[in-house]
Amino acid sequence: MLDAQGRVKPVWSEFISHVCSLSDEDLTKRFARGEQYLRDAGVLYRQYDETVSSERQWPLSHIPVILEEAEWAQISAGLIQRADLLEMVVRDLYGDNQLVASGQLPATLLSQNPAWLRPLVGVKNAAKHYLNLLSFEIGRGPDNKWWVISDLVEAPSTAGFALENRVAMTRVFPNHFAGANIYRLAGFFQAFQKTLFDMRGKTVGEIAILSPGQMNQNYAEHAYVARYLGLLLVEGEDLIVQNGRALVRTVAGLKPVSLLWNRLPGSLCDPMELDPDSLLGTPGLLDALRNQNLKMVNALGSGVLETRALMAFLPKIARKMMGEPLIMPNIATWWCGQQSERDYVIAHRNQMMIGSAFSTIPLMASPDSTSTAPQLDAAGLDGLPTLLQQSGHQLVGQEAVTLSTTPTYENGALVARPLSLRIFLARAGNGWQVMPGGYARVSAGNDAKAFAMQHGGKVADVWVVSDQPVQKPSLLPASAETALRQATNRALPSRAADNLFWLGRYVERAELGMRLFRAYFARINDGASHDAPLSRFLREKLMEDTAPTLTATVPTATAMAARFGAPLSDALRAASKIGDRFSPDGMMALRGLVGMSNSFHERALTAEELPREISILLRQIAGFAGLVHENMYHSDGWRFLSLGMSLERASSMSRVLSHLTATDAPDGALDLALEIGDSVVAHRSRFSIFADQASVLDLLGLDDRNPRAIRYHITRARRQIAELPGHAESHRLTRVARQVLLLETQLATSDVASLTPQVLRKIDHDLWALADTLTATHLV
Amino acid sequence: MIYEIRLTITHKYAQRAGNSRHLLRVLPRLFSDRQQMLSSRIDVFPLPDYSQNRVDFFANAITTVTHSEPHSEMAITMACSVGMAPPQIWKDISSRLSQLREQVRKCRDLGATSPVHFLGPSYRLAPNADIAAFARDVTRPDETVAETTIRLGEALHQAMTFDATATTVHTSAPDAFAQRRGVCQDFTHIMIVALQSLGIPAGYVSGYLRTLPPPGQPRLEGVDAMHAWVQAWCGPDMGWIEYDPTNATLVGTDHIVVGYGRDYADVSPILGRLRLAGAPVSTQTVDVACIDGP
Repeated sequence: MLDAQGRVKPVWSEFISHVCSLSDEDLTKRFARGEQYLRDAGVLYRQYDETVSSERQWPLSHIPVILEEAEWAQISAGLIQRADLLEMVVRDLYGDNQLVASGQLPATLLSQNPAWLRPLVGVKNAAKHYLNLLSFEIGRGPDNKWWVISDLVEAPSTAGFALENRVAMTRVFPNHFAGANIYRLAGFFQAFQKTLFDMRGKTVGEIAILSPGQMNQNYAEHAYVARYLGLLLVEGEDLIVQNGRALVRTVAGLKPVSLLWNRLPGSLCDPMELDPDSLLGTPGLLDALRNQNLKMVNALGSGVLETRALMAFLPKIARKMMGEPLIMPNIATWWCGQQSERDYVIAHRNQMMIGSAFSTIPLMASPDSTSTAPQLDAAGLDGLPTLLQQSGHQLVGQEAVTLSTTPTYENGALVARPLSLRIFLARAGNGWQVMPGGYARVSAGNDAKAFAMQHGGKVADVWVVSDQPVQKPSLLPASAETALRQATNRALPSRAADNLFWLGRYVERAELGMRLFRAYFARINDGASHDAPLSRFLREKLMEDTAPTLTATVPTATAMAARFGAPLSDALRAASKIGDRFSPDGMMALRGLVGMSNSFHERALTAEELPREISILLRQIAGFAGLVHENMYHSDGWRFLSLGMSLERASSMSRVLSHLTATDAPDGALDLALEIGDSVVAHRSRFSIFADQASVLDLLGLDDRNPRAIRYHITRARRQIAELPGHAESHRLTRVARQVLLLETQLATSDVASLTPQVLRKIDHDLWALADTLTATHLV
Repeated sequence: MIYEIRLTITHKYAQRAGNSRHLLRVLPRLFSDRQQMLSSRIDVFPLPDYSQNRVDFFANAITTVTHSEPHSEMAITMACSVGMAPPQIWKDISSRLSQLREQVRKCRDLGATSPVHFLGPSYRLAPNADIAAFARDVTRPDETVAETTIRLGEALHQAMTFDATATTVHTSAPDAFAQRRGVCQDFTHIMIVALQSLGIPAGYVSGYLRTLPPPGQPRLEGVDAMHAWVQAWCGPDMGWIEYDPTNATLVGTDHIVVGYGRDYADVSPILGRLRLAGAPVSTQTVDVACIDGP
């Protein structure tokens, strides 16, 4: 922020005076607005503790990093040159190996390198380029010169969140942002989207993001990018390779995949030819690549470019291959496999970071990777010379750089913290396009090693400021053609559909639990005892024999959490596996439900308070159902969610009625059925105040207009099934369509007398069989 | 000398399994001066719905087969006849051990036979102090690399007992070495780690072994299934030599090469992926008959 004379740089002054004009209270409010936006948008990261992993708030630093256009142009030129160089290098490493043959690279740098994937050597790439999306971690020395710290090739991450950081910042400083000449980011994504569609060309296959799945720390971003760019989000098990082609399992059967944007470490992509221990990959994926039926961004194996020791050779290679020196140098690196370099590292070991030559972990991703290779810890600084002599070819020394700082807001004041920038480059047209801005990482302390979010590091938006007004890209898709192709992109992976189906089931299951407990405690509060026949009957038949606790209220609440808290958590888990297909609003609603039902336990609610509190939960869950039916696009995904809800509700109502209309049911059971079925008012208007077996069975069993009735949901399920892929094409009914039609016909032609408890149990059983067939047909 | 070789592998699954994919590395390699294929065929039952032949990085022949329909049993048969040329006359033109590191360092070749691939570690093998100590004790200063290799192989053969029940296909080299028992895979893995600890590039060779010995010679160990032995790089002049530590012998016309790799994982004869609970019950039989020799 300050120049060499200690004055505020002109590019910063306007922003700083804006910040200074705001009161502390105002600033706090604005920061909270930014954080709220990120939470709502589902921007978070996953933190790993020793045994559990959990989602954490995105650590946004509310002060941006501001760069002048001229400085930015220099950075861009340096990184574009480097991107071209890396393309040439990777082409050689998987091609004719001239770099090794001519002595520019030692052979063992590849032959002992786990990131150099032998099965891909000599494999002709179906795509024109090996590299289409890159990012670089760069840092600025105290002399104001920028250095490349890491080349991020394999699964360049967080580009999507750069955009979210930006949106959050416009919430924090809306007025300033509108007036300042800050370059916009959206155009970068549109251009890259176009590149992806161009790469796919005229093939019919899908474009998919291959993600390690929900347990990965960057999953939220994968889901975000998939949603934002209209791409399919898949995991390794969603894909299958047949006849040398990659296919995705969808609810409509197997669909071809033409292009994968890979977010898995390369060695995990195919357990048959690469790391056999990988559970994340797809057996045979390399077959599809070899047969040139699949393109990958970036080409599989490109991760070898992240090899730390490569940095020692790139400056010379640039001069040889491109005839010019690197515009932006990389961090000074010495490969200890050579005598003179080794001697230099030994002599300067106090100013070096020494680590594995083959490490592809970005230098500052975690404190562990910054320090040393494991054998180094054992050797210590004194043992270093011996170690380097013995296994120097496996080690590199890198200059321990001092990074310049940027302001960040801590405890009510601006403080200076070390900074590194992550810059994104994507191919667009004939060349590289640099995202004008990006993603800054700000250390938690003065230590440059504390960048990792896990260790308190923050992220900041990067503003590139022009002297002139900047062009604002439209947010409309780049072309009508792209939009159309996206709209027809309807493939729904079976795994995603399965999660949506179960999400629907779990939510309904939770609702039934809530209604049972509310009815139960309402009766207790009216003076019924836990030993009353109806209380006992309800518990035994429908509440899994949950034991009443007459003294302490906490165990009661605990038992309740098991009854409907557990399905809610299951629902949340299912929803978080399909981050790309489920709206942030829906996620928020689910999180709210889980949070509130968990709070029952902590608040130690009394029996008197419970019915009212459960009513609040029921209103929230009704809000969730409303969101599903009023806000979700009626896609196949929505159909599976809706089917899950319908089948669960029909099944649970069959079970409730089979018990409460039985001849041995105690007095009051029929009223209880109406209450659980939320149909007291309907009953009063259609029949009389007094419930009899016939009126209850009619209203909750056979009615086709009561959204609580079995028949209503079976009819709805029948309609949804008819719309599923593979059902509309022929007059012949599929097995699942036949099963649901038989059930519907049975209910349509039944009278109340024939709905005996035994028949109701049979209906419940048939509903489960229907769900099994549905699963076998569409979801595996 | 002409061999007729027959390999049968069967897999039985507890439940029917579909969408399976297998990689087979069972065909002998071709070397114009050593080993020639006169005819060969691979049969897979049930018939695969996709089958493709190619060579891997180390130039081993690979057949990929896939089955989408569920099946409870699979049988693979490889039948071939191979002509073997008499071995070249042994002449030790290998480097001194002290020269070898520098010769490897100067290597600018990344081709399949380059020694730089065989320095370790690899998927199945990592340096091990016990094995390294064993190797160090056996070697003598100023030996040639070939002498070291043979001495080490003989010492290992002395130290180890062939025992088909002591280890499995998953046993690690240090475990097998600790109990001084194992089969050809264990002997080979241990010897590779030992050679690499001395700086000698070493690799895994899979192949077939003549079932019945020539008259008057003892029957070799490891004839009932696919066999394994070691290749060691002896410097740019001599190149690779092959040694069978299980039988303490340099490799001649009794050994028919199928695959070269860094360890077993690079050359395993059959590698499968399918949706299956539990491992398949598998059997392997090999018959290598000499049809024209003594």
